[in-house]
Amino acid sequence: MKDNKDNQKKWSRRDILKASVAMGAAGATPMFFMKDAWAEKAIGNYPVKGKTVTLGFNVPQTGAYADEGADELRAYKLAVKHLNGEGDGGMLKTMKPLALKGNGILGKKVAYVTGDTQTKSDAARASAKRMIEKDNVMMISGGSSSGVAIAVQGLCQEMGTIFMAGLTHSNDTTGKDKRRYGFRHFFNTEMTGASLAPVLEKEFGKDRTAYHLTADYTWGWSQEGSIKKYTENLGWNTKAAVRTPLGAGDFSQYITPVLNSGADVLVLNHYGKDMVNSLTQAVQFGLRDKQVNGKDFQIVVPLFSRLMAQGAGENIKGIFGSTNWNWSLKDAGSQAFVKSFGAEYGFPPSQAAHTCYVQTILYADACERAGTFYPPKVIKALEGFKFDGMGNGPTEYRAEDHQCFKDVLVVRGNANPSSQFDLLEVVQEVPRSQVEYPASMLGGDLGPYKG
Amino acid sequence: MDDILIQILNGLDKGGAYALIALGLTLTFGTLGVVNFAHGALFMLGAFCAVTTNKILTISVKVRDESITFFEAYKEQPYLEIWWGDTGAAIIDYSVPISILVTIPIMLAIGVAMERGLIQRFYKREHSDQILVTFGLAIVIQELIKAYFGANPIPTGAPDVVSGSAAIGAFFGLSENLVYPWWRLIYLAFAAVIIGAVFAFLRLTTYGMVVRAGMADRDTVGLLGINIGRRFTTVFGLAAVVTGLAGAMYVPILPPDYHMGMDFLVLSFVVVVVGGMGSLEGAVAAGFLLGLLQSFASMNEVKAILPGIDQIIIYLVAVVILLVRPRGLMGREGVMDD
Repeated sequence: MKDNKDNQKKWSRRDILKASVAMGAAGATPMFFMKDAWAEKAIGNYPVKGKTVTLGFNVPQTGAYADEGADELRAYKLAVKHLNGEGDGGMLKTMKPLALKGNGILGKKVAYVTGDTQTKSDAARASAKRMIEKDNVMMISGGSSSGVAIAVQGLCQEMGTIFMAGLTHSNDTTGKDKRRYGFRHFFNTEMTGASLAPVLEKEFGKDRTAYHLTADYTWGWSQEGSIKKYTENLGWNTKAAVRTPLGAGDFSQYITPVLNSGADVLVLNHYGKDMVNSLTQAVQFGLRDKQVNGKDFQIVVPLFSRLMAQGAGENIKGIFGSTNWNWSLKDAGSQAFVKSFGAEYGFPPSQAAHTCYVQTILYADACERAGTFYPPKVIKALEGFKFDGMGNGPTEYRAEDHQCFKDVLVVRGNANPSSQFDLLEVVQEVPRSQVEYPASMLGGDLGPYKG
Repeated sequence: MDDILIQILNGLDKGGAYALIALGLTLTFGTLGVVNFAHGALFMLGAFCAVTTNKILTISVKVRDESITFFEAYKEQPYLEIWWGDTGAAIIDYSVPISILVTIPIMLAIGVAMERGLIQRFYKREHSDQILVTFGLAIVIQELIKAYFGANPIPTGAPDVVSGSAAIGAFFGLSENLVYPWWRLIYLAFAAVIIGAVFAFLRLTTYGMVVRAGMADRDTVGLLGINIGRRFTTVFGLAAVVTGLAGAMYVPILPPDYHMGMDFLVLSFVVVVVGGMGSLEGAVAAGFLLGLLQSFASMNEVKAILPGIDQIIIYLVAVVILLVRPRGLMGREGVMDD
């Protein structure tokens, strides 16, 4: 017994210190090779495996917003090209500040997968889920429908994958339905109302009666609410606000009641093919040739795009609306992007293409600045980020609601286009200060950083 | 008063389209006893006959757009305009009316091929088999169109001279506010002419009389030595032509896409069921009735009392008719009673 006791090693103070140092070194070993290896738990598809990082582009390739979706996809492909150091670099030459080096993201080559949202929330969610689970994407981007964006944003929050929204204009995306993992560069209906109303007052006066036709889903309701709020503040009356199903096609049954309603302004809260069809049919029914209450009848399309203007042809001339961006802008960022996109595809980009391109670059830059793909750190890098040179002047990603704040364009269908693409005339560049609102106004809760 | 007149016009205009589509459907059902779920696809094919005609007439050469300086952009200039100037442009402008000439033989050929190649093999099969095979055929046609023309609607306008609205109120000495789009009025007149022609063919010709006799009693007509099968093939072709023309002329009203057939399929069956399976008069009457009801249900005064009624009125009427008179408004006794 005694021998055994003698044979047992006694721990000296020096042994304990040595063992502690050894254990500490062993425990910290991964830190030498991987930044924040212990701090960053697996979230979504983090950590990224292999030499490439995959992004998911989930756009409407069919349905009422398919034109926008096709242009968004073109922009995403161009952004990936520029991120990987190919092509002329586009806005990577003009963005300030810029952490990207033109060698992918954090040295990993950028790959992408695409999906079709079909402009339906359930199809969009299924497509996004497949991208996250099967294709291991680190970020999902896309639109073009606020219903789709809100649905996919919710899924991304659950699955710990960052969602860089494409074209989505409803207040709810960064309002009551905002999410920590969702970011929107595009403007919203509140900003449309704030920017458009003063121009409408100047052009059409304070004594007007409006009739709204509204796409019956979150964006339409949001758009109708904002325009009603701002025009009623001017003194306009709202005669009626009629909801129309998304993708209705034939709007004649909704337009005929407008004819003798006593309204002298028709507000079309429609987008994409719906707007092209409803505007074309409104013009066919002679609304633009009418005189009501001693005034010329007017049509307003609060959210405009060049693609829609192209579809509506002559009918768009002289009609007012707002837009996030237009290819005719003269700043260096816009011109670099237009030149790059035009050289690639033979025509200028739409506002949908612009916002999607910018969102992809912003995500990549945030990863580069954060030094990691770890979503909570990338989110923090985006929150409150101030940048310039991306086509909208000085811009800020507001931390409280993940909404970008920048100048907004009020446009009018160009009566005398100088080229086949010169369809929208910029009437006013409304400064950010005029369209800004407190984050608390639209409510919502961003939720946690970690999934 | 103006509101009522406008809604009547809108109802008749919608009803004209519904009646034309349902007429073709009930023609095949009444003659062949086949429940054709590919009928919507025939409507869509007719629309794409108009689109194809327009595409052929606008085959273009690409010319550099000098107004764009910072990248290479091109404009498309149709050969017809290059060769014949304003005359060429006028031909392109009238592509939809011109497409009628193309649609008739193409749809006749498609109808005959469909009947001879597929439908005739299912005459004596269960209705459920007929539904499955024709629905499958509709999906195949739809996917073929999607593969070739893409998924997006393709706008194809009416001729410029009829792209605006007609001051019908002023013309009839009524209110000047009463205006209606020219093309929709033309469509209504076109539907009336086609419906009249089909009825005249069936009522005033010997051929039509034999077909009607065959619809009533196929076996007896066969015993008299008449090749009723061949006549029924012609009727199927005729139904395809009527439906195809309805689609071709509808293009300026609604830009067609690959899915438009499915959108109209349910509607056309509802019209046929309300009108009475196998009844031509019933299909036409139900088409106009449902068009009018849908139009009046869209009036704000109606929706203030019954919100959302415009979306469900057609189906609501179908439910009521089936409960009260399962045979439909003018349905023949014994047809689909089992």
